[in-house]
This record gives sequence, structure tokens and C-alpha cells, in this order.
Amino acid sequence: MKQIYLDYSATTPVKEEVVKEMMPYFTEQFGNPSSLYDIGAASKAAITAAREKVSRLINCKPSELYFTSGGTESDNWTLFGVTDALKKKGNHIITTQIEHHAILHSCDYLEKHGVDVTYLPVDKEGFVRAEDLEEAITDRTVLVSIMYVNNEVGTVQNIKELARIAHEHGVLFHTDAVQALGNVNCDVKALDVDFMSMSSHKIYGPKGVGALYIKRGSKISNYMHGGAQESKRRAGTENLPGIVGFGKAAELAGQNFDAHVAHCSKLRDHFIDRVTKEIDDVFVNGSRTHRHPGNANITFDYIEGESILLLLNQKGISVSTGSACSSASLTPSHVLTALGVPVEMIHGSVRFTFGDPTTMEDVDYVVDELKEIVAKLRKISAVSSEKGW
Amino acid sequence: MAMYNDKVMDHFMNPHNVGEIENPDGEGIYGSPVCGDMMKMTISVDDNDVITDCKFKTFGCGSAIASSSVATDMIIGKTVEEALEITNKMIVDELGGLPAIKLHCSVLADHAIKSAIYDYAQKTGKTYKGLEGFDPNADDDDPAAHEENDPV
Repeated sequence: MKQIYLDYSATTPVKEEVVKEMMPYFTEQFGNPSSLYDIGAASKAAITAAREKVSRLINCKPSELYFTSGGTESDNWTLFGVTDALKKKGNHIITTQIEHHAILHSCDYLEKHGVDVTYLPVDKEGFVRAEDLEEAITDRTVLVSIMYVNNEVGTVQNIKELARIAHEHGVLFHTDAVQALGNVNCDVKALDVDFMSMSSHKIYGPKGVGALYIKRGSKISNYMHGGAQESKRRAGTENLPGIVGFGKAAELAGQNFDAHVAHCSKLRDHFIDRVTKEIDDVFVNGSRTHRHPGNANITFDYIEGESILLLLNQKGISVSTGSACSSASLTPSHVLTALGVPVEMIHGSVRFTFGDPTTMEDVDYVVDELKEIVAKLRKISAVSSEKGW
Repeated sequence: MAMYNDKVMDHFMNPHNVGEIENPDGEGIYGSPVCGDMMKMTISVDDNDVITDCKFKTFGCGSAIASSSVATDMIIGKTVEEALEITNKMIVDELGGLPAIKLHCSVLADHAIKSAIYDYAQKTGKTYKGLEGFDPNADDDDPAAHEENDPV
């Protein structure tokens, strides 16, 4: 059966060129980068080269980029590291209601350990209001952490403006750019952020590796304790093949940026146009203008998301849903809840995310199948447009 | 999909007895779209108190649809009193099991059956032992109300 993967925001396949670049570092070039002999030095040189490639993608100095195990570690490090380093200044941080759980669950932990957290609301398209941030900052605030691109609805925040407000009050600014990297401009100088979290496996690199950008001089305590790796700021023997792969993926993301964005947004717009025209009672969640190029998050009224997902899966199509029924906690998406989407409609929301390998033919096939699946489930459903909710 | 067995998937993909009986002898609704699952059941009952037909409509996930479908199969041909003995555990067993996380929320059928029979009893003035203490409007979110219906 034809397999169509439309969950590129969950993860991406590793590109051939990336795998090729990584391969020697599993076998011949296996030396520990901390070792002084030649094969150790070769490993160290490979990490240096990878660091330069990732730094180039985000326009920072290589010395400001620290490799981690991924987006989650980068987010955890920032929240725990900054609140610890600045505990004499204050014990308040500000984030939003639509962050990834790597931020939200770290905040839960911090709250249990004496840190106050303000969760900014968002408007119905998922934007943080600048005035809400302005009002939330107090003289005890040590960090503002706002995600760049939302993983569920794809809304792209005005990070530059939000960072400016934080800095006006002398507060450090972090952005979780895991969904942003390779999809929107992540130039840290232009954004003027102090910390930025990144992940390799969202940009056609390997899983288990990411990075944290730390602007030179920004106060942050260490999170992983041990050896002297990463300029003594992040201990642990480096994930050598992973870092090499991330470097190559970042290089390709930079080279392909314009083509990638044009390709994905063309597919996304075609998909949204067809779905909204050809299927009744659908709603596009998030912003139509400031949106991740490959994200379409759609609510299908009167049916439930897991059912849609299962039937699409039967046709070889892989997607995600915000429905409570598909989550381990049985709670509906916190992001769609924050956008004010009614709970019964959250149950019927599905995220389609497009990537480089997706073709226009794939998109048309999915819309054709989707029309039949939605019709089928609506026929079974106890609620309908005639009867209403 | 790995989370459901073949029988569940078969009932979900090709559900039996979908629809609504026109002028049903009994009609019951359980759950709500806000909770994520809602089932409507209609039944026809003959002079011998045998359920001759049953149709359902369900808003919900895979296991909600599959359990609705199998439940209609289970009650057609049974007397009203026999149908009232069906528990959610029996429905889940008939499906060959469901993921643990789905047991609490997505199996609506035993309550929907009782609601439809309650409606039938109201219309006909009949009383059934299996309906004693049953309140079709009981609060869905009351954990105590769930407890006795919960499959183990």
C-alpha cells in the first residue's frame, strides 16, 4: 500500500546525505573527542565543523552554540539553569499557555521548588499579546520563554518584538525554536534572543541531538554535570555521529531554505484550499498569515480525531490529532484549549504537516481519501450539522 | 493499528447496524461530544418483549464505535430483560479486549441500552428488574455512577 507520511512536525526522515556523512563516525572515526591522540582529534575536528554549520544557520558564533541531547534538554537546561543562576535577582518566570510540554512540565517542577510562573494567554489565532507580556513582567522576573513556532497549530510569534519588551525590563529571553529551525528565519542576532532551543530530528537530521544557543555572557548554570565537554558547560561524551548529522542537516537546511519553504507552503495552501472548499463544517486552527510553512491544523465538526486518524492509517496516511481520546492522559490539546476552540471541536482536530518528500499528488490523494473518511464518520456520528452539537 | 485487535478494527471499519430506526419503540442517548464520546441507540421490541432491531449512531473514537457496533449485535434477538443484563465488561470481552486506557471512557453501550429500554418502559408502562435504580439522566461525570458499570 502507498504510504504517505504527513507528520513532519513529529519527526522527519534523515536525509541520505546526512546518513552518509554520519556513517564513518560509528566505525572508523569512533574516537572520543576528548582523547588527545589522532583519532580523538579527528572526532573533535568533526564536532567543530558541525558546530560551525549549525551556528551559520542561526547566525551566532560557534562558541555560543552548545550541543545537547535535543529540544527537551535545551528547554530544561534554560529554565533550570537561568532560574538557578539568577535566584538572587528573583524567582519569577513568564511563559505561555501553548508551550511544548518540555517547557510546561519543567515549569510544573519549578513551581514545586519555589519559582512563580506566569502563563500568558494567546488570542484565537495563537498569538501572545505584547501588552500581556509587558504587564506580566515584575522586578522579580528573571526569564521570559516563548516558543517561536507552535508545534500544533503552526502560529509564528513575533519573537523580535517580545524579546525587545523583555530586554527593556532587563529580563533574559528564551525561545523554543524546535519547530522554527529550517522553516522560518532563526537569525539570533535579528531576533535578539538570549537563548534558543533547537532539535536535529525536525530538520531531516538524526534523533537524540539538539543544541542550545546561549548569547555570550548570558547567566545560566550548568544542567548536566560531569566532564569538561562543551567548554565545561554541558558534560557527557558527545553524541559524535549525531552531532555530525545535525551539522550536515543544518547545512542542507540553510542551502534549501527558500525552496523548502516555497515547496511546503504551496502544498499546505493547496491542501487547506481543497479541504475548506470540498468538505463542509471544517475550521482551520491557527493563523493563516503567520504560519509554519508545512502546517495545516483542521477541525472536522461532528466527528472525532482518533477515528479519522485510524481510517487515514488504514489508507497508509500518517497524521496527528489533538483529540483527548488519542492522548495518554485523555485530556484534549492544551494548545487548542488556549486558542479558545470548544472542547467538542478539539476532539475533531487533526494536524497534517508537510515536508520535502511530500508531493502535490500525495496531497490530492489525501484530500480525496479524507473526503470519504469524513463522510463515512459523519454518517455514523450521533451529532450532525442538521441536529447541531 | 497496533493499539486495537483485529475484531475491534473490523467493527470500527465496518460497523454493524448503523443508523436510526424510524418511530423506534425505545431511544436512548449517552455521553456528550464535550466528553469526546456520545452514543444514540434506537430499538424495536415485539409483542414477546424481544428486541427485533437495534441501530446506533456514535460520535467518538475507534473503540467507542466498535463497542457500539458489537453491542447492537449482542442485543438483537434478546428479550428486554436479557438485554438489561449486558454489562460493559461483556461488551469488551465480546470484542476480545480493549486498551486499558479506553475502558473507562469509550464504552457507552450498556448505559445506552438501558436508556433505550427505559424509554421503552416509560412508553409502555412496563417495569423491569434490570432497570431498578437506573436514572438515564445521571451525571455522566459522577465517578460513583461510573463505578458499577466499569469493566475491570
